[in-house]
Amino acid sequence: MGPFETVAKGKKKAMRSIILSTAARFLMPMILLFSAFLLLRGHNLPGGGFVGGLIAAAAFGLYLLAFDVQETRRLLRIDPRTLVGLGLLVVLGSGLTGWFKGKPFLTALWGRYRLTGFLHIEIGTPLIFDAGIYLVVLGSAMTMLLALAEED
Amino acid sequence: MGYAICSVFLLALLAPGLTRIAKPVSGWLMAALPLTLCVYFLSMLDATAGGLTLQVTWPWLPDLGIRLSFFLDGLSLLFAVLVCGVGAVIMIYSADYLADHKCLGSFFLFLNLFMASMLGLVLADNLITLFVFWELTSLTSFFLIGFDHDRDKARSSALQALLVTGVGGLALLAGLILVGEAAGTLELSELLQSGDLIRQHAWYVPIVLLVATGAFAKSAQFPFHFWLPNAMEAPTPVSAYLHSATMVKAGIYLLLRLSPILGQTALWHGMLETVGGVTMLGSILMAIRQTDMKRLLAYTTISSLGTMVFLIGLDIPLSIAAAISYMLAHVLYKASLFLITGIIDHATGSRDLSALGGLFGKMPVIGLVAILAALSMAGAAPFLGFVGKELFYEVVLMAPRAAPLSILAALLTSIFMVTSAALLTVRPFFGPARSDRLPHGPVATNLWLGPLLLAGAGTLAGVFIGIIDKSLLAPAVSAVQPGHSVKPLALWHGFTPVLAFSILTLASGIAVYFRCDWYRAWTENWSRRHHYGAETCYERLYSGLFTIASRLTLIIQNGRLRNYLLTVFISATVLVSSTLLWNGGIRFPTVWTSVNFGDLILAGIILAAAYVTSRVGHRLVAIVAMGVIGYGIALIFAQLGAPDLAMTQFSIETMTVLLFILIFHRLPLFSRLAPRRAMRFDAVVATAAGLLMTALTLAAVSGPTDKRLADFFAKQSVPAAHGRNIVNTILVDFRALDTLGEIAVLGMAGVGVWALLKLWPKERRKP
Repeated sequence: MGPFETVAKGKKKAMRSIILSTAARFLMPMILLFSAFLLLRGHNLPGGGFVGGLIAAAAFGLYLLAFDVQETRRLLRIDPRTLVGLGLLVVLGSGLTGWFKGKPFLTALWGRYRLTGFLHIEIGTPLIFDAGIYLVVLGSAMTMLLALAEED
Repeated sequence: MGYAICSVFLLALLAPGLTRIAKPVSGWLMAALPLTLCVYFLSMLDATAGGLTLQVTWPWLPDLGIRLSFFLDGLSLLFAVLVCGVGAVIMIYSADYLADHKCLGSFFLFLNLFMASMLGLVLADNLITLFVFWELTSLTSFFLIGFDHDRDKARSSALQALLVTGVGGLALLAGLILVGEAAGTLELSELLQSGDLIRQHAWYVPIVLLVATGAFAKSAQFPFHFWLPNAMEAPTPVSAYLHSATMVKAGIYLLLRLSPILGQTALWHGMLETVGGVTMLGSILMAIRQTDMKRLLAYTTISSLGTMVFLIGLDIPLSIAAAISYMLAHVLYKASLFLITGIIDHATGSRDLSALGGLFGKMPVIGLVAILAALSMAGAAPFLGFVGKELFYEVVLMAPRAAPLSILAALLTSIFMVTSAALLTVRPFFGPARSDRLPHGPVATNLWLGPLLLAGAGTLAGVFIGIIDKSLLAPAVSAVQPGHSVKPLALWHGFTPVLAFSILTLASGIAVYFRCDWYRAWTENWSRRHHYGAETCYERLYSGLFTIASRLTLIIQNGRLRNYLLTVFISATVLVSSTLLWNGGIRFPTVWTSVNFGDLILAGIILAAAYVTSRVGHRLVAIVAMGVIGYGIALIFAQLGAPDLAMTQFSIETMTVLLFILIFHRLPLFSRLAPRRAMRFDAVVATAAGLLMTALTLAAVSGPTDKRLADFFAKQSVPAAHGRNIVNTILVDFRALDTLGEIAVLGMAGVGVWALLKLWPKERRKP
């Protein structure tokens, strides 16, 4: 149930704006892609898991305004509270990777892999760490948004 | 040794699964490991009897001198054998006793956790390690007392036990840390050599008081005794294991263990004698009043614990041997009697002494076992209890201080102990049978096997006291009193004053038994008129805490957002500005940089939006204006070269607006409720806070900035963290632990909002 319903209480899906819902459907993947882009480039350029997670949450928030809670939940697939736990586990896992190699907890590990020719890619546990942050932020924000939207 | 503890922890984790797979044999499965460990520890007998100690050390927090270190000498071996041996018996018994309980698996989980912690406690070398296991036993005890958590009484008793032993635990922690600071080491094996250092230390008195408080609370000594009878809410095997055989002995263990370090002073002897003496006499007087068999057993347990504390405190070399043999006897007969009580309770549905009778004909084996155990409890020959009591008398007769008082207390305690033993066996097993309280059927083998083994061990140990003494007791005694040659124990000492005392005790005890009902009526009458004691004190404190907390909550958290904000802003302003003035006032920058046109426009927009926010009469407009302020600030960040900050500020602003929109329609219509005076006050506070922030900002840019950190991160971000975005490398690498904490808080906040909205009782949602 969206917030605009209060204007016409009782009528489900009142005030569903076609413009908003079409725009949301169109913008949603782009914003999500953008958030993933921010997450991936965060280590070298402005961005990162925190802001990426927030933007992803904003995307789902837009969807929530345009449609309703059920639709948003269906799109999210996983309960946002599970996302919070999952994110924390991912962060913990990235920290424990170094620990299992006999280094202090949360020590970053880096690997340099050759793709083709001159192209190299450097991947490390901080990226996993950042992905964990992304999940926690997204999960926490969505938990709040959905709980508030469902509340009636 | 360390692996022994680990293996029990592992078994604890596997217990629920194992119980589900193989429920009929779960008791034997659970008992296999403690039995193995018991044999393992017994195989060390020769080594410890020769005075050897075994040590195992694993690093834990090396910087703080905290190691996961264990050592095994005569004393820890005796306790370890008891923990494992009695533990195995309890496991077999529990599987049958709780066969119908839906949570048998988690019962075994907690019981094994407890056993592992108890093993860790008695084997620990490092004081902090000891403390951690000490607290773990309190925690597992909490879960086991409150195991039938459907009942109010079980929950409140569990909480009471946790709080009382927890307060003692805190005192103990403080005491142990002081010991470590005073001696410069936390290892018991090293401390045992530095007793003189601690006794002459300025902190000696606080150390003794704190450590003793911990031990007294754990071992239910006066005035902490009241939690133990209430802990009888636990399932009976738990009472037998934790609250008579092992956990309450932890305090005794600690006092024994530390007596070479802290003992041999007037303070130590005086305090232990007094507290132990008061406890042993006071609680045995309470015991006879009880009609519930378990509560009677609990009070006699407190009394026996008091006797042990008393004996440890006595300033006589033989008293340690007396305390240890008394303890061994107590473990064997008391656990057995508890288990028998459980059987009676199961079979007849009652453990009320006034409702039971004539059970001997129905369950002769149980009756015989009960008599064996009770005779040991009464201190009759040739049981182990006899040896313990003989030593008790022998030591008390030599008491250096207050001898008449000590002898009287010892005599009365032993006499009433005989009476209690008689009450526990004669009342339920003999006399007229009650037709409504007859057993439903035969008692399962697994149930009577345990008490039989324990009572049998008590009998055999009494008969073969020479062997037990040489292999088990003497090494324990010499671990506490190194260098003392202990006279070997024996059943028969010849015609001595002690023997006369023993006979007198038995005779008077039985005489008192026949006058018991008269005593009960008298005390019943007395206690109806007098309501005071340690438990009343605890209850007053407990309810007082709630009263104060709820009053404080009403004042501080009155539910008005306006007051919260006022409190936060006023205290922040006052505290920060007073600190600033205290440290020599604010320095303003001397050089002013020029401002460009873009900045001015941004500042103008922010100011205008702020004005609108504070003046406008519509909430939606105010929210939008707030958003404008936020975006304006984000733009300033972007312009000053902080894209990460700006981006985050943008998204946070968006989220805030989203959240506002979602709750917007449920807020009441906007109206100005506050009177003009209050609003003027608000304006003053807001202006003061704003001025302070301005002053702080100016002060921050006035002085030269310390560039060391910035330079470090700028230099290290690529070579050390493989990233060019300094902010991000700090977040995910340099200070990753902080981030981990922060996102944990963020997640908690999300779940907290969810809980507030969703778990609120439906009927209270809409007032």
